[in-house]
Amino acid sequence: MTKIRPSVSWRRGNDIASRPWTGATRKYDLLKELTVGTIVIGLIVVALSLILGSPDEPSITLKSWATNAPADFVATATAELGGTSDTAGYGPPYNTTADATQTLGPIDLQSLSGVRIPIDTATAFVTGPLSLQTTPPRSLAVWSAATTAQRTAWTSAYADALAKAPANDPARVAHGSFGPVPALTSSLLAMAKRGALDGAIQGEGGFFNLDYTRSILFLGDGTYFVGIANNAHLTGDQWGMMNETGNYPGQSWLWLFSFWYQIPAIGGAANADVLVVGIMLILTLLLTLVPFIPGLRMLPRLIPVHRLVWRDYYKRR
Amino acid sequence: MTSRGSGREPQESGAGLSWTGRSRRWLLKRLPPEKLLPEGQPSYVASWIYVFGIGAIASLIYVIASGILLSLNGPAWYHVSGLGRFVNSSHLWSVELFFMTMVVHLWGKYWMAAWRGGRVLTWVTGVISFAVSIVAAFTGYLLQTNFDSQWIAFQAKDALNAVGIGAWFNVVNLGQIFMWHIVLLPLAVGAIAAFHVLLVRVHGVVPPLEAAESDAQLQLTDRERSDTKSQGGGL
Repeated sequence: MTKIRPSVSWRRGNDIASRPWTGATRKYDLLKELTVGTIVIGLIVVALSLILGSPDEPSITLKSWATNAPADFVATATAELGGTSDTAGYGPPYNTTADATQTLGPIDLQSLSGVRIPIDTATAFVTGPLSLQTTPPRSLAVWSAATTAQRTAWTSAYADALAKAPANDPARVAHGSFGPVPALTSSLLAMAKRGALDGAIQGEGGFFNLDYTRSILFLGDGTYFVGIANNAHLTGDQWGMMNETGNYPGQSWLWLFSFWYQIPAIGGAANADVLVVGIMLILTLLLTLVPFIPGLRMLPRLIPVHRLVWRDYYKRR
Repeated sequence: MTSRGSGREPQESGAGLSWTGRSRRWLLKRLPPEKLLPEGQPSYVASWIYVFGIGAIASLIYVIASGILLSLNGPAWYHVSGLGRFVNSSHLWSVELFFMTMVVHLWGKYWMAAWRGGRVLTWVTGVISFAVSIVAAFTGYLLQTNFDSQWIAFQAKDALNAVGIGAWFNVVNLGQIFMWHIVLLPLAVGAIAAFHVLLVRVHGVVPPLEAAESDAQLQLTDRERSDTKSQGGGL
């Protein structure tokens, strides 16, 4: 018998795959199979839920940050005031920092949106909340009256002094020309420790505010929040995209997305995110179009896994 | 079959049918009831791999059911209620099973070259369903209202901002993501999955890659052929 190479074409032709099946059949009950499947899956879901439950690590608040890592909180608040934090230099959609966007050659998709979620870190995270207090600190007026150059000089000097202080402790900073910055950041620290800062920043969006952009960006500018994620193996270089807190499975289906960040040439690039998203978009498109791509659609014929699937059929040929 | 057909024939063969009539005629031609709800399948539909498609649908049923229960009390309910925690766990594990069964189903269909014989749209809708499900699950992780969701939102914003869509699909905006997760994405997953299943019923299960006219299972007597048709096996 001449061996005919089976077709893997997507086109409808005159082959067996394209015609209604006229061969032997077996009894089949679609609804019965669905019912049995649903019961089995239901039992597995209930068993896993009862035995393993689900993770629930409490949220990090500005209060818990200020209480547990006051030095980091003050250093971050100083960076927000001076415009040197990650958020302050992020670029669109939060602000217009030059050369901050991730680009792919001449393509700058990040800039397309413009500044749609404007955030002035000094106002949004420090001076704005402080001004809401019943008795705002007097240092606020000094800050408001100062020039931009003066403010930059104060915050820069204080940031350097904090970095040099033992344990970065604001109470052990050497004397210097810091203007109102130490008073502002210590007032903010006190406000945060009382729990008032969480509400103040969240309240900037109005009474009903479900947008946590400002609070989470402020948290992320410090090292406390990132450190907790790092200890839980959740950062990008730890396959964090597919990990979950505790010993629970996370979004394991994002393994390939996470994989690209582990390659130093990609994960360490300044435009890593745009590279990875681009790669994944291309791969998803390839997967969708597999039937139209000769090399990919022929693999099932070259690697005969189908012989396992239909071994009963082939046995009875 | 004959008696059912005779009831439709006068209308379906007549000219000047309404839009509704034309649609019904087209739908019945593409997907007659015996194809939609078959009581028989080709003999080759006998492998464990076929279980995973049904498993994905069954898992999706639990994803939706547990999601509806969670929506009754909001995303923070499970933090303070034992029952809420159980429902939240059911939502998590049904999602895990949904993806596990869907991935095995997808790989199975790849190695079966299941796009053959005009089934390419079935393949394409399957992949789209998988991709949209990933986005739906991602938004669910953002709604945990705990440390994990804070961190995922903080990290994920960079990828979305880098490609210019973070300003409109803001993962740090709980209210926006909440609506995507409980309205837009479930509708999308449900609609695509339903269309995918209907396409499977329209085109039938793809035959073995090396099936040949000379195969014993294609050599039927007239009597056997008649039995096959009556079981709706002509897929």
